[in-house]
Amino acid sequence: MSFEQFAMMRQELFLIVVSLLLLIAELSYSTAQKHKVINFSLVMMGLVTIAGFFPTPTGTLFGGMYQSSSLTQLMKGILNIGTFVVLLQSAKYLKRDEMKDKISEFILLLIFTLIGMSFMISSGNFLMFYIGLELATLPLAALAAFEKYKEKSAEAGIKYVLISALSSGILLWGLSMIYGTTGSLYFKDIAANYSNAPLQALAFIFFFAGMAFKISLVPFHLWTADVYEGAPINVTSYLSVISKGAAAFIFVIILYTVFSPIVLMWKDIIYVVAILTMTLGNLFAIRQKNLKRFMAFSSISQAGFILLGIIGGSVLGMTTVIYFILVYIFSNLGVFGVISAVSNATGKENIDDYDGMYRTNPKLCWVMTLSLFSLAGIPPLAGFFGKFFLFSAAAQQGLYILVFISVLNTIISLYYYLLIIKAMFINHNVSPIAWFKNDFITRLGLLICVAGIVIIGFSGQVFDYIQNISEFWYSISIF
Amino acid sequence: MFLFYELAVIPMYLLIGIWGTGPREYSAMKLTLMLMGGSALIMVGLLGIYFHSAAPGGIFTFNFVEISKYQIPIEAQRFFFPFLFVGFGVLGALFPFHTWSPDGHASAPTAVSMLHAGVLMKLGGYGCFRVAMFLLPEAAHEMAWIFIILTSISVVYGAFSAVVQKDLKYINAYSSVSHCGLVLFAILMMNQTALNGAIIQMISHGIMTALFFALIGMIYGRTHTRLINEMGGLMKVMPFLGVCYVIAGLASLGLPGFSGFVAEMTIFVGAFQHPDLFHRVVTITACTSIVITAVYILRVVGTLLLGPIKNDHYLELTDAKWHERLSVGVLIFAIAAIGIAPLWLSNMITDGLHPIINKLGLVSMNLLGFNF
Repeated sequence: MSFEQFAMMRQELFLIVVSLLLLIAELSYSTAQKHKVINFSLVMMGLVTIAGFFPTPTGTLFGGMYQSSSLTQLMKGILNIGTFVVLLQSAKYLKRDEMKDKISEFILLLIFTLIGMSFMISSGNFLMFYIGLELATLPLAALAAFEKYKEKSAEAGIKYVLISALSSGILLWGLSMIYGTTGSLYFKDIAANYSNAPLQALAFIFFFAGMAFKISLVPFHLWTADVYEGAPINVTSYLSVISKGAAAFIFVIILYTVFSPIVLMWKDIIYVVAILTMTLGNLFAIRQKNLKRFMAFSSISQAGFILLGIIGGSVLGMTTVIYFILVYIFSNLGVFGVISAVSNATGKENIDDYDGMYRTNPKLCWVMTLSLFSLAGIPPLAGFFGKFFLFSAAAQQGLYILVFISVLNTIISLYYYLLIIKAMFINHNVSPIAWFKNDFITRLGLLICVAGIVIIGFSGQVFDYIQNISEFWYSISIF
Repeated sequence: MFLFYELAVIPMYLLIGIWGTGPREYSAMKLTLMLMGGSALIMVGLLGIYFHSAAPGGIFTFNFVEISKYQIPIEAQRFFFPFLFVGFGVLGALFPFHTWSPDGHASAPTAVSMLHAGVLMKLGGYGCFRVAMFLLPEAAHEMAWIFIILTSISVVYGAFSAVVQKDLKYINAYSSVSHCGLVLFAILMMNQTALNGAIIQMISHGIMTALFFALIGMIYGRTHTRLINEMGGLMKVMPFLGVCYVIAGLASLGLPGFSGFVAEMTIFVGAFQHPDLFHRVVTITACTSIVITAVYILRVVGTLLLGPIKNDHYLELTDAKWHERLSVGVLIFAIAAIGIAPLWLSNMITDGLHPIINKLGLVSMNLLGFNF
C-alpha cells in the first residue's frame, strides 16, 4: 500500500488513531482526572475536523470497494463539524459525577459510529456499505441506553437495537436479491446489469425500507419519538443530525448511481413518502410537551423535506440536499445545545418549564430563537435558503403541487416552533428557570451553531462550492 | 424581494405577542400563520415564474425586467397567477383571506398598528401589481373578473363590518380592510387612471390610517377603554384631539380637500371607463361603500366626541401634549397637501407606472385583436 492509498482513507485512519489514543488516555488518567479525557478528545476531534478540509486524493481502493472523491470528502467534512459540535455540547453532560466512569466509553462509541458512517459514505460495494451501516448503528444503540439504570434510556436502547436489526435484515435481504439478479455487489456493475426484473423492484423496496428507518421516513418512523426521548440529550442530538445526515448522503449516492435506471419508479415512491413524512411529522409535533419528543417529530418532518431534493435525480437536487443537511446540522444542534444546557443545569425538559425564560437567560433564548427560526425557514437565516433551494429543485421537475404542499407544511411547522418562542418570550412564569452560567466549551458549541446559521445563508460561496463538487461528481459517476 | 417580504412578518409576532393588548397571543399567531400562508402561495408562484422565464434549456432568471421582456407561456400564467395574486392578496386584505386583520390590528400596540396597517398592507397591493400583473399580464386579463368580485366584496363587506363594531380599533381595522380592498380593486381595472388612483389611495390610506391609530392610541392612553359606548363628550375635555379626530374621519370618508377624495375619485373614474356592464355594476357597488363609510365614521364621531360626558373621571383628562400634537399635525398636513394639490404626486406616480401600463396596454390590445 503506497502513501497515496493511505491518504485516501485519511479520515477513517485519523479517527482510528484518535480512538486508540483515547483508549490509552483512559488508562493513563486516574479517576479523579477523567475530565481531562474530555478536553483531550475535543482537541483531537477539532484536529480531525480541520484536517478534513485539506484535499484528499481521489480514486478507489480495495478493488473498487472504497471510493474517495471530493464529494465524499465534503460529506465527511460536514459530519465532522457536526460531531465536533456534539462533543462540545456533551462536555458538560460528561462532567457530571455519575458519568465519571463512563466518559471515555461515550466518546469512543461516538467516534466508532463516525468511523462507520465514513466507511458507509465512501462505499463502492454493497458489502462495504452494509458493514459501515452496522458499524454506525450498533454503538448508537449502546449510546442510546447509556444511562442504563433509567427506564426510559434502557427502553430506548432496546427499541433501537430491535428495530434496527429488523431493518438491517430487510435491507440485507434486498441486497441479496440484487446480488442474485445482477451477479455483483459493486455499484458500477449493478447499474450496468440492471434488467428491470420484478425481483429487483422488490429489492429496491426492501433497500428503501432499510434506509427509511435510518432517515426516519414515515411508515418507518415509529421508533424515533421513543428513542429520542429516552436517550441522553447529546445522543439524541447526534442521532437526529449526524446519523440522519449520513444516511441521507449515502441514500442519495446509491439512488443516483445504482438505481438510476428506475428513476421513474422511485420518483413516485419518494413523492408519496415525502408528503406523508412532512405532514405526519408536523401534525404529531404540535401536541408534544416534552422537548426531546418534540424535536424528534420535527426532525421526522425535516427528513421529509430532504426527500424533496432527491426526487428528480438531478444534480441540483443533490446539491440542495447536501446544502440543506449542512444548514440543518447547525440549526438542529443549536436547538439541542440550548436544551442540553438547560437540562444539565436544571434537569428540566418540558416546554412549559421554558416559560418566561427570557427574563433570566436572554442570550440562551436568542440562540434558541435563531435556531428555531432557521429550522422553520425564516429569512434571512440559513434555513430559509436551505428550504428554498430544496423547493426549487422540486419545482425544476415541474412538481408544483408538491412544492405547494411542502410550503404549507413549513407553515404548520412554524406554528409549533413559535409555541416554544411564545413560551420563552411571552408566557409569564412565577419561577422561570434561574440564570445559570455556561462554561466556555458549551458557549463555544452554541457560538459555532449560531455562526453557521447566520453566515451560511449569506455567503453564496458555500452553495457554489457544493454545486461545483456535485456537478463534477455527477458528470463522472453517473453511468 | 421575497426574502424581505417574509422577513417583515416575523417581528410582528413578537411585537404583538409581547407588547399587545387583549387576546394578543391568539391574534399574533393567527396573523403570523396566515401571512406566512400567503408567502407560501407566493413561493410557489415565484418558482413557477422562475422556471418558465426562458425557453426550456435557456437561462432562467429572477430579474423583473428580463422576465417582463419574455412572454411566459399562457398555460403557465394561468396556473401561477392565482397563486401569486391570492398570496399577495392575503397581506392586502383580499376578501376571504382578510380575517387576520381585525384581530391583528386590534391586539397590536399603537405604533405597531400604525406601521402595519399604514405600510405593510401596501406591500400586498405592490406585490399584486408589480409581480402578479406585470409578469403575468395575459392571465391577469383573463382572470381579473374573479378577483374584481372578491375585492368589491372586500370593500363593501369591510365597510359593513365596521358599522357594527363597538371597539374603536376594530372599526379602524375593518376600515383598513375596506380601503386596502379598494386598492386591489383599482389595480385590477388595469387602466392608467385607475392604477394612478390605486397608488394615491395606497399613500393616502397609509397616512390616514396611521393618523387614526395614533389618535385612538392617545384616547386609549387617557381613558383606558376602547369601547365607544363607554366614552362620550370627549370634545369638551380634549378639544385638540377631538378636532383632529373629526378631520381624520372626514378625510377617511372622502371629503374633497383631503387625499381620500383624490384617490377615490380617480379610482372610480378610472374604473367607470370600462364600457361593459360588469365593470360598471361593480364600480357602482364599490361606490356605495362611500356611504357606508360615512355611517360608521360619523357614528363614532358623534358617540365619542359629542354628546354628554359619560364618566366623570373624564373631566380630568389632559389634552394632547406637544409631541402628540406634532405627530398628528404632520400627518394631517400630509393628507391636506395631497388633497389640495395632488398634481406633483400624481405626475411622479404616472412616470413610475409607465412600463406597467405599456405592458398591460399592449396585452389588452392583443387580446382585443389589434395587431402591431
